Amino acid sequence: MILANFLIMRNELLLTIAVLLILMAEIFRDPAKKRSINRFAVVLFFIITIIGFLPSRSGSLFGGMYEVSEARLIMKNILNIGSLLVLIQSVTWLNKEENSGKISEFHILLISTLTGMNFMISAGHFLMFYLGLELATIPIAALAAYDRYSNKSAEAGIKLILISALSSGILLYGLSMVYGTTGTLYFNEIGRLFVNDNLQILGFIFFFAGMAFKISIVPFHLWTADVYEGAPVNVTSYLSVISKGAAIFIFIIVLFTVFPVIISGWQKIIYVTAVLTMTIGNLFAIRQQNLKRFLAFSSISQAGYILLGIIGGNQLGMASVIYYILVYIFSNLAVFGVVAAISNAKAKENIDDYNGLYQTNPGLSLIMLLGLFSLAGIPPVAGFFGKFFLFTAAAQKGFYILVLIAVLNTIVSLYYYLLVVKAMFINKNEAVIEKFRSDFPTRLALGICVAGIVITGFASIIFEVIKNVSFGV
Amino acid sequence: MDILTLFVVIPVLTITGIVLIKDIRQVKIVAAVGMGIQLLLAAILIFLYISARHAGNMAEMLFVRDIVWFKSFNIHYAVGVDGISVAMIGLTSIVVIAGIFASWEMEFLTKEFFISLILLATGVFGFFISIDLFTMFLFYELAVIPMYLLIGIWGSGPKEYSAMKLTLMLMGASALLLVGILGIYFNSAPEGGRLTFNILEISKIKIPMSAQYIFFPLTFVGFGVLGALFPFHTWSPDGHSSAPTAVSMLHAGVLMKLGGYGAFRVAIFLMPEAARELSWIFIILTTVSVIYGAFGAIAQKDLKYINAYSSVSHCGLVLFAILMMNKTAMNGAIIQMISHGLMTALFFALIGMLYGRTHTRMINEMGGLMKVIPFLSVCYVIAGLASLGLPGLSGFVAEMTIFVGAFQHPDLFHRIATIIAVTSIVITAVYILRVIAILLLGPTTNENYYHFTDAKWFEKISAVTLISFVAIIGLAPFLLSKMIGSSLQPVINKILTFNPF
Repeated sequence: MILANFLIMRNELLLTIAVLLILMAEIFRDPAKKRSINRFAVVLFFIITIIGFLPSRSGSLFGGMYEVSEARLIMKNILNIGSLLVLIQSVTWLNKEENSGKISEFHILLISTLTGMNFMISAGHFLMFYLGLELATIPIAALAAYDRYSNKSAEAGIKLILISALSSGILLYGLSMVYGTTGTLYFNEIGRLFVNDNLQILGFIFFFAGMAFKISIVPFHLWTADVYEGAPVNVTSYLSVISKGAAIFIFIIVLFTVFPVIISGWQKIIYVTAVLTMTIGNLFAIRQQNLKRFLAFSSISQAGYILLGIIGGNQLGMASVIYYILVYIFSNLAVFGVVAAISNAKAKENIDDYNGLYQTNPGLSLIMLLGLFSLAGIPPVAGFFGKFFLFTAAAQKGFYILVLIAVLNTIVSLYYYLLVVKAMFINKNEAVIEKFRSDFPTRLALGICVAGIVITGFASIIFEVIKNVSFGV
Repeated sequence: MDILTLFVVIPVLTITGIVLIKDIRQVKIVAAVGMGIQLLLAAILIFLYISARHAGNMAEMLFVRDIVWFKSFNIHYAVGVDGISVAMIGLTSIVVIAGIFASWEMEFLTKEFFISLILLATGVFGFFISIDLFTMFLFYELAVIPMYLLIGIWGSGPKEYSAMKLTLMLMGASALLLVGILGIYFNSAPEGGRLTFNILEISKIKIPMSAQYIFFPLTFVGFGVLGALFPFHTWSPDGHSSAPTAVSMLHAGVLMKLGGYGAFRVAIFLMPEAARELSWIFIILTTVSVIYGAFGAIAQKDLKYINAYSSVSHCGLVLFAILMMNKTAMNGAIIQMISHGLMTALFFALIGMLYGRTHTRMINEMGGLMKVIPFLSVCYVIAGLASLGLPGLSGFVAEMTIFVGAFQHPDLFHRIATIIAVTSIVITAVYILRVIAILLLGPTTNENYYHFTDAKWFEKISAVTLISFVAIIGLAPFLLSKMIGSSLQPVINKILTFNPF
């Protein structure tokens, strides 16, 4: 093995270097000027994101434990774009007085979780997968508890760490059964040796349950709303977009490469959980007043739609899942960006507080409108295309009834998204949120999100590129 | 750029123009100019279309433009028009311009109002020019969603409830439609080959019967909801009565036609076999729509509700005629769509103008308006007479053709359904004449009414444009029916290939 081979681990290496550099900056920077670390981290991350798009070789390292393919590279790049947006959005919040002592902590923790996610996506072996998973999960718990004087934030942190530990336990138990029956943890070898034996199926079910916790699929979703509400807004947006996206990416890779033998089995499981996830996520979202809880349930239901792309086990499905995650990153971060901007400026997070927002802050209201419409799948924004493709992928394998249930669920979701639109545009309010001008990073991040929402849909080339690297069972 | 794409580009440019304008007063001028150009374009399109047909171009669709969009799904941006879509485009541009003049005095959030209104129009134009199911569906949803804001922000009465109900019911319909479209797509190449969303290509093959039985009802109901198919019509009275004038005009005049047009172009054209087998269910439902809507209108006291129920009845007749599946009835259906579009837009415009003066829409609170505002009253009478099917106006031509076509069926079922539906003409006469009697005739009871001014210039433009087209179609229907007739032929041929009668 020559040193140059390590370069195919480009993304992980760069992220690790970034963590170290930020750590150095934290140590050597004058305490009075700590805020400049923000700019440093964002610029650094921007460079990493750009480098990620340079062409790279596919291949594997460490005897097949680590694998890179074009599909995995695109997944990593999508996560990079999302994380960059989260970092930009967080600048305003990190600049606040109460966070001045722990700015670099945020960046270090966030980038290390991303490193974990990258390792997880590139895994070719369940050990590597598990290491990546843990590296991705544990720092997030620390991030959720970032707001250390708030009880809710601490609660979110402890809940997340306990749930992660539990789900990891379940997952490992399942993997141990798989290992016990096949004698290997390599993805491609398990795929070959899998014989549809009862113990193996039990192992798969435990694995599925463990992953379902991470993606927050019903009935493993109960932690989601509390953690999302308790964590600071910017961390919540990271949790709901990047963390979930990464889990879905690896989930689809594992399902398609390790467990193709029992496809008819996991199709049944996914069918039931998809219906439950969409329906319960949507029905609970209707009753929420706090926007973070509201978005938590909305993101649960979004995971349900994404399962529709996975269920067919087809190339089209994988392509539409990756595409939808990209669209979802832009849409959800647009919504979270507005929520964060208002939360940071006026400390208001309830839907009622948004009454009459359009009169005072038309720009933010319109961005929120676009984001919500994209989440609901209304044309001409990207969410429409994303949902249409997911449903088409499921219909290709004949799951018409599931598609019908999903589309009817989008109507339910449209109802509660419209409730927010109604609050902003139609409702009257005495104590309306006053006009304020958000600062440059917020506007930059929102601008990128809006551009993403508008362009991703119409530019068919993005989908075609993703399609060409995707694969089916 | 081809002429059809301009129909989407011009509204988008108009919206951009409105966004960029600083002065609120100029907004409506820009909107009127933009939509005026659109009307001119529609006239040019009609002229080009007719001359192309005269020159012997007998292609099914003219001005076809086909650009690959999403290669993996074989989704194209494909546009093309035949006589029917040309007629619908003409109708839309007339109603839109009339709607803009009818809302000339809009004060509250003017910019946003015109943007949403033109966005809605963009969706409608796009829908009529599309021959690709995906783009068609995209434009359909694009036309529906601005309704929420238009009714919710600028409406009256229980506007939030109505807006939500309307949006959810229509989006629910689009849910059925989406499944229907996907079903058609995945059955569009039964003998292998590339799947397609293109309507013309799908119409050349026979979709397997097992698939047709599932996806025809989904598609038909999906479009039928927008065409106020009983029992999914309930959004219509609430929505129309709460919406501001221009929105009611556009919605009843144009948007409801998306339902009829879609049911014709997608459900019947692509799946005629299942349509033939299952039409009896929907014939019963549409007959109920026709009669129920008419009776509903008698019972109402609010002018907008009366007109909304009347729309349910008339649009029910459109679907009824389409289901008859012969050339005469379908011809009548298209004329009825145009006629009802103009007539109902005229009604809603006039109701808006009356409401602007009397500040009530309850018929029993008004009376003797003929003496104080003769111009508007006469327009109202003309609209009413067109609605009840007086010869010489468009309503007569449409209904006559429909019923003649429907009666051509020799079997008992169709004839009984036709006879029942025909009775709606009488019921329509009851509620129209009753409103005219109470509202316009008799002594002027209210002192304040003597201060009323008659129609202003922009109100006159709005009303006269619509009336003149109602009269033109009524007096010279052959202009329209010739254009439609030749375009109906492919559909009729497709139906006849398997079921001559």
